[in-house]
Amino acid sequence: MTAFHRYRRGLFITAFLAAPVTLYLVYVISPYLQAFYIAMTDWRGVTATPSFVGLDNFGRLLGDGVFWKAVTHNAALLVLLPLVTIVIALFFAFLLNVGGGQGGQGVTGVRGSKVYRVVFFFPQVLAVAVVAVLFQQVFRPDGSGMLNGPLMALGLGPVGFLSDPGVAFWSVLGVMVWQAVGFYVVLFSAGLASIPREMFEAAQIDGAGRVSLFFRVTLPLLWDTVQVAWVYLGILALDVFAIVWVMTDQHGGPDWSTTVMAAEIYRNAFQYFRFGYASALGVVMFFFTVGFAILSLRFSRRERIEY
Amino acid sequence: MTTTTTWTAANSRRLARRERRRRLGPLGVLTHVALLVWTVLVVVPILWTFLASVKSEDEIFGDAWSLPATPHWDNFARAWEQAHIGQYMLNSAIVVAFGTFGTMLVGSMAAYVLARYPFRGNRAIYLLFVSGLAFPVYLALTPLFFVVQNMGNVPLVGPFIGLNTHAGLVLVYIAYSLPFTVFFLSAFFRTLPTAVGEAAMVDGASHTRVFFQIMLPMARPGIVSITIFNVLGQWNQYQLPLVLLQERDKWVLTQGIADISTAAGYDQDWSALFAALTLAILPMLVVYTVFQRQIQSGLTSGALK
Repeated sequence: MTAFHRYRRGLFITAFLAAPVTLYLVYVISPYLQAFYIAMTDWRGVTATPSFVGLDNFGRLLGDGVFWKAVTHNAALLVLLPLVTIVIALFFAFLLNVGGGQGGQGVTGVRGSKVYRVVFFFPQVLAVAVVAVLFQQVFRPDGSGMLNGPLMALGLGPVGFLSDPGVAFWSVLGVMVWQAVGFYVVLFSAGLASIPREMFEAAQIDGAGRVSLFFRVTLPLLWDTVQVAWVYLGILALDVFAIVWVMTDQHGGPDWSTTVMAAEIYRNAFQYFRFGYASALGVVMFFFTVGFAILSLRFSRRERIEY
Repeated sequence: MTTTTTWTAANSRRLARRERRRRLGPLGVLTHVALLVWTVLVVVPILWTFLASVKSEDEIFGDAWSLPATPHWDNFARAWEQAHIGQYMLNSAIVVAFGTFGTMLVGSMAAYVLARYPFRGNRAIYLLFVSGLAFPVYLALTPLFFVVQNMGNVPLVGPFIGLNTHAGLVLVYIAYSLPFTVFFLSAFFRTLPTAVGEAAMVDGASHTRVFFQIMLPMARPGIVSITIFNVLGQWNQYQLPLVLLQERDKWVLTQGIADISTAAGYDQDWSALFAALTLAILPMLVVYTVFQRQIQSGLTSGALK
């Protein structure tokens, strides 16, 4: 390569990387780095000058009951959201791809499986904020609510889906599952499609019923995809914001019964203008997320099944 | 002759149905019941919203399952005009159009160089981009607000890229879409054959020309997937505009929808709220119906990489 060519190559690399790297450094990397410093200041209000207070904010957040309530809600979602979503999605993906006729034609999905997949996936393309407003109406506390109307007609209601502190969290979980299931049905279906049909047919010839077909063949072969789903849903559970902020009463209520870390960070920063404290909460959230990422990488090492 | 044919056709169809039902068994029936239950769970809340969008205020506060006496199409006019849904939708469209175009342009440039040109620091830059996948955006919110505010003081371009500007939000969208775009596309560029590009270089084409005229067209399937991913992601974004766009006339659709419900009061226009929700859902329904294959593969392909 001549010097001229090397010069042109270097120029090309620099020119192509300049814009993306600059944008990324200015808008992503620099805010993340600043956040760690701001977390150690007492910065309050837009015009105030912050002063360094060391780890004071972290000491204070240890005694912040609301924040720890938020953490327990994220932790509960971290366990329940993947568990419920994956169980439902695996069940449907199995029915749609393998659970169909078992007669002489081998293994197929049920009739109309394409239509089901299209319908199930649709909530995924809606904005979370739109879904939140939609379910706020579905959950209305009186006879005008889509759910409470029939419940009251049956003499069972009204249920305070969003107004009863003991119920509201489950409503949030329910809506998140409602929106997520379709995506994982499609994801697992793609995983199932890559498994050779003969695997299932061989199992059937050996006399496997649907139940053992699911637990002995489908689940082990899909295990990699299930792990990917678990990580995705785990991150979704740690990052949840819009559904809580928009749908629930008082942005995380009633009585803090649905609040999450992201909502407390936003509330502290942009409603109370405690920038230093909000950043400290952000640092804690950062370590929870990175911790989860490391744990899931650590546990997802498992031998791949080759076929 | 014709009657006999139709008779046999109908008969064999009936036989086939009976045969299928026999083979289906009780478990097969349960299968269909389970699938239908979830279909109802997905479809009914959305249809109920569509129905409520043509109800009068009184009907909305009455029995949830009653039908409107007369359809009130004026709800849509109020949602469009007074609740500014039309304005917000236009704002969203502008921000997403420029945001996605910008993301794809600079994202594919970075991904291509990082995938195909070994140089000192290549790996470090790649890891810098990919590490962004693991950070929660909430940690960056406060400083990001001030970064964008300070951008407003830059001479000349400042007024266009500060707080409450669409261009400012577009730049932020591009930056936050880069980690996944670079991660996905550089993996894609690595799988493409090198021979065509090298031949063009021998014929005297520049690096830039090889990228735009040979590599980008070859990477089309990957570009399509990730474009869909970014369009949906940016269209549905709520957190970033909530922080960066605080003036009402600049708002995007998600902010507008969320506001009509949270700014509730006794003078709340509920029927316009349902009309606004319908206006937000319908375009997605149409786009999804047309492109459902591409959308499903676009959104899930990232997870399977």
